[in-house]
Amino acid sequence: MSIALVDCDSFYASCERVFRPDLKNRPIVVLSNNDGCVIARSSEAKSMGVKMGVPWFKIKDSYIRKGGIVFSSNFAFYGDMSRRVMNILNSISPKTEVYSIDEAFLDFSGTEKNIGCFDFGLYLKNTVGRWTGIPVRIGIGPTKTLSKIASYQIKKRDIRSRVLVLDNQKDINEALKNTPIGEIWGVGRRLNRKLSMAGIRNALQLSYAPPQDIRKRFSIVLERTVRELNGEKCLDIEDVSPTKKQIVVSRSFAKKITNLEVLNTVINDYVVRAAEKLRSEKQKSSRISVFIRTSPFDANESYRAIKSYSFTCPTDDSRDFLYAVRKILPKIYRPNYRYSKAGIMLSSFSDIGYVQNSLFNERHAYKMDSKLMQVIDELNLNQKQIYIASQNIGRFKPIQRNMISPKYTTRWSDLPIVR
Amino acid sequence: MKINYIGTVIADNLSELMLPYFQDMVHAGFPSPASDFIESPIDLNEYLIKNNAATFLVRVSGKSMVGAGINDGATLIIDRSIKPSHNSIIVAAVDGEFVCRRLKTKPKLCLVAENKGYKPIYINSQINFEVTGLVTSVINQFT
Repeated sequence: MSIALVDCDSFYASCERVFRPDLKNRPIVVLSNNDGCVIARSSEAKSMGVKMGVPWFKIKDSYIRKGGIVFSSNFAFYGDMSRRVMNILNSISPKTEVYSIDEAFLDFSGTEKNIGCFDFGLYLKNTVGRWTGIPVRIGIGPTKTLSKIASYQIKKRDIRSRVLVLDNQKDINEALKNTPIGEIWGVGRRLNRKLSMAGIRNALQLSYAPPQDIRKRFSIVLERTVRELNGEKCLDIEDVSPTKKQIVVSRSFAKKITNLEVLNTVINDYVVRAAEKLRSEKQKSSRISVFIRTSPFDANESYRAIKSYSFTCPTDDSRDFLYAVRKILPKIYRPNYRYSKAGIMLSSFSDIGYVQNSLFNERHAYKMDSKLMQVIDELNLNQKQIYIASQNIGRFKPIQRNMISPKYTTRWSDLPIVR
Repeated sequence: MKINYIGTVIADNLSELMLPYFQDMVHAGFPSPASDFIESPIDLNEYLIKNNAATFLVRVSGKSMVGAGINDGATLIIDRSIKPSHNSIIVAAVDGEFVCRRLKTKPKLCLVAENKGYKPIYINSQINFEVTGLVTSVINQFT
């Protein structure tokens, strides 16, 4: 039994390079929404010492002076390139779990007998590279956790073939020894600290720990990790992606907001976006939370607040969520603060088919007009055409993306030029 | 039997939940004789794109390939999954710029234009050259 993890190398930066052959071997960074922090770095940018998550303004001058290239995030484009990569993986190996925008687990069982895991991995890597222009690395191991470790080792040791198979104990132990605790799949910062205090610093040490002890002292999740490190398969490939448990839309503002009305229109935008996502996932939600906060970097003021509203029955109508925001935002808003970030979260999901029909619905609060929402979604599919009146339409620009690349693959007007 | 009064139900409130079969109209006339022969309409995507994941569209700027029927402003469909060979029309990255040319693998590896005004590009070690994909179709729009 083998599992492969296909991982796109510096995915956003690699996407930016596909239609910019002039950027070959140049350092590239991609910034978060609002051009706040670095969220992706090409290998050249990494070796310049650019750290993940660093605020852009801190490195801007020296990075540009050294010839670095920068992009605002272009998620429409990255999403399309991701779809292409995942489609290829899906067509070659039918049992594929898309784990994130740039990672997928594949079931490689059976290939051992045929062409061998390494050769199949190489074939897969070459196919994705040639067809899409996106470089990938492929870590292969007996469990998901070990395939993640193989992928990490490719990156760390800069293995040229970009494929690593961990299929014997000697190689596995060598890889585990060279993997710090924090790089193990599922070990976060807090767990990292707790384990270090217990004297466990690398994956090999963790693999020696008796699973029962780990379960008692830490958690059942970490026990599973220990078993997976020892080659015991605990996590299967989920070819149907589990439905989301929540949808979050939040942004930092380019310019701080103090006015309640402005804050309200901006938040209404997030609500409409989240409700769109909710409907595309064919879910209904019965809980919305709104949060606002001032800048954490500002020493002079500090305020943060969050409040939720629950519906007695789940809905997917944007207007129901907007109604809730109108109810709760004034309750958490305090004047005279300069807010730097706001967001909303939809949670408590249920399937669209299931609508609890309470006789006691507060009727005014529930629009629940699926047909109307469907029509709006269809009209807005390619270009925003219909807005809800309380949305922020160009009146206030909360997002700054000054250095965004063309939408090469999703807009006729943005097609790459050939001469 | 004990009955508890829990509130009044107004009939109007209930009508919001429509049962689907009321929405279907009953056709009483003679069914269309064409209904047995319905086919899906012609789909250009199906005709022009064989491998969706590997297919990209690009726009032509300039007249380097007019002799091959590729006009200035044309849209090219390129398939990155097909390996080009001698005489294929390809898009390639040459020294950091995309060009569309006819590939010649013999006698010497080079890219030739279909326009007398353009010189062939000979591929040597000084040139940064990479094939992007094979041009499978061209869309020239006249209006």
